Amino acid sequence: MSASVLFDAPGPRSRALTNLFNVLGALVFLALLGWVVYILQLKGQWSWTLWGPVFGSEFWLYYVWPGLQNTLRSAAFATVGAVVFGVVFGMGRLARNRLLRTASGAVVEFFRAMPVLLLMIFLNLAFARLMPQVEDRPFLAVVVALILYNGSVIAELVRSGVLNLPRGQGEAGLSVGLTEGQTLRSIQLPQALVAMLPALLSQLVVVLKDSALGQIIAYPELLRSVQRFASGNNNPLQALLVAAALFIVINWLLTVLAHRLARRLSSRTAGATRVVQTEAAVLPGGAATGVDGPDDGGPRPTAEP
Amino acid sequence: MGDYLSGLWTVFETYNVLDAFWVNIQLTFWAGLFALALGTVLAIMRISPIASLRFVGTAYVNIIRNTPLTIIMTFMILALVFQLALELSSDLTTSFFRFAIVGLAIYHASFVCEAIRSGVNTVPLGQAEAARAIGLPFLDSARLVILPQAFRGAIAPLGSVLIALMKNSTVAAAASVTTETSSVMKVAIEFNPNYLLEIFGVFAIGWLILVIPVGLLTTWLSERLAVKR
Repeated sequence: MSASVLFDAPGPRSRALTNLFNVLGALVFLALLGWVVYILQLKGQWSWTLWGPVFGSEFWLYYVWPGLQNTLRSAAFATVGAVVFGVVFGMGRLARNRLLRTASGAVVEFFRAMPVLLLMIFLNLAFARLMPQVEDRPFLAVVVALILYNGSVIAELVRSGVLNLPRGQGEAGLSVGLTEGQTLRSIQLPQALVAMLPALLSQLVVVLKDSALGQIIAYPELLRSVQRFASGNNNPLQALLVAAALFIVINWLLTVLAHRLARRLSSRTAGATRVVQTEAAVLPGGAATGVDGPDDGGPRPTAEP
Repeated sequence: MGDYLSGLWTVFETYNVLDAFWVNIQLTFWAGLFALALGTVLAIMRISPIASLRFVGTAYVNIIRNTPLTIIMTFMILALVFQLALELSSDLTTSFFRFAIVGLAIYHASFVCEAIRSGVNTVPLGQAEAARAIGLPFLDSARLVILPQAFRGAIAPLGSVLIALMKNSTVAAAASVTTETSSVMKVAIEFNPNYLLEIFGVFAIGWLILVIPVGLLTTWLSERLAVKR
């Protein structure tokens, strides 16, 4: 661990103590793990009749792959839509026109306060009423709900990204004769967007995770597909663990990528690049909450250029 | 017009909106309590100098944070309740409710852990060095200098975890809790499709009333208590 605020460089006695607790901690953890394994053994959960199907080609070809495709499809559409929504409403919140500013603010705050699932269920039922001829309504409901929620989060990222740029950037634009709108579009927004890229990537993790909510409105994404398989084989424990592992690997790769990007981009913009991985990156009212730590390999939130 | 209003009245007589929100509030309260406890333990593990505890804490956070909550909730019911026949109550509905709380707590503990850790990260190294320089032993420097600043720095991120938890309590629907708002709204609309917008509007307003004050309060608190640097 890098220099910690909490602990001094240890002397011989505390080094010995640390080592002792290190071994004790590992033993307690292994004991817990062993206990779980034992309980599963007692309940007969290690039998090959339960695990076998999960490693069969039928599972991967006909359940995981189509499900994963649907998950990625909805996440891709939702991400593109959310970025457009976020830039439009983020700029709306920065507009000089008060009416535009208030309206954009109201829209953004509304969708940030709504549970995504509530929105998704409502949209699914609304689409069923408005356009019963369309087949793919659950897909639309998932995508639109994800766009509205994540777009609002991105709008806040855009706004705080522009506001957190050094004042000189905006002043320089105005002093060479650009209007405020031109300054925003050609100087502030591009830098804010570059600074936002890592945060956007970690928002993609949120989109991917939330796309699994589609299961509840019968969108055939990965979780639902795997669940369908499990109900035929009576092995939801095993099948769901595989589905979860897939999500974890994809999301973990995205997070690693986000941290790499944050380090690479920090020389490209006057804004602060950083990775924020929470459920809600910004509080209503505007307090940005950076969850970050040196252990993740990400820059510290206090890093100043 | 009279028909319209009396129809609307019947809808909300049949489906009690307040009861539905009360379920979400209860889920949030209990899951929040357990998540805070577990998350604090995890945060202590992650900032401790003991490598094995740090490893376990980091592994927990990275695994749980990257798992969709919907999978955790589905796992609670399909795998734990039905496949392993575990129960937290002899009554199945109560058991579902409690497993939903466990699932929410497990998931949000990882975010609580990171929120607390980010609070510790807001304390500059100079504070600890100053504490040592004036001769404070470890416990005193932690108790008097570091932790008070760390807690104040953790208020804003903890507030946003609380808001996320409130909203995510609707995902209890995936754990067969049918009395929470999104499930009640679904049934209400399905049986009264003419009042689609009205029913959604009432639930939406309820969520605004629930979420926005919490957000404003934590923003206000975090700004008031922030350590000015």
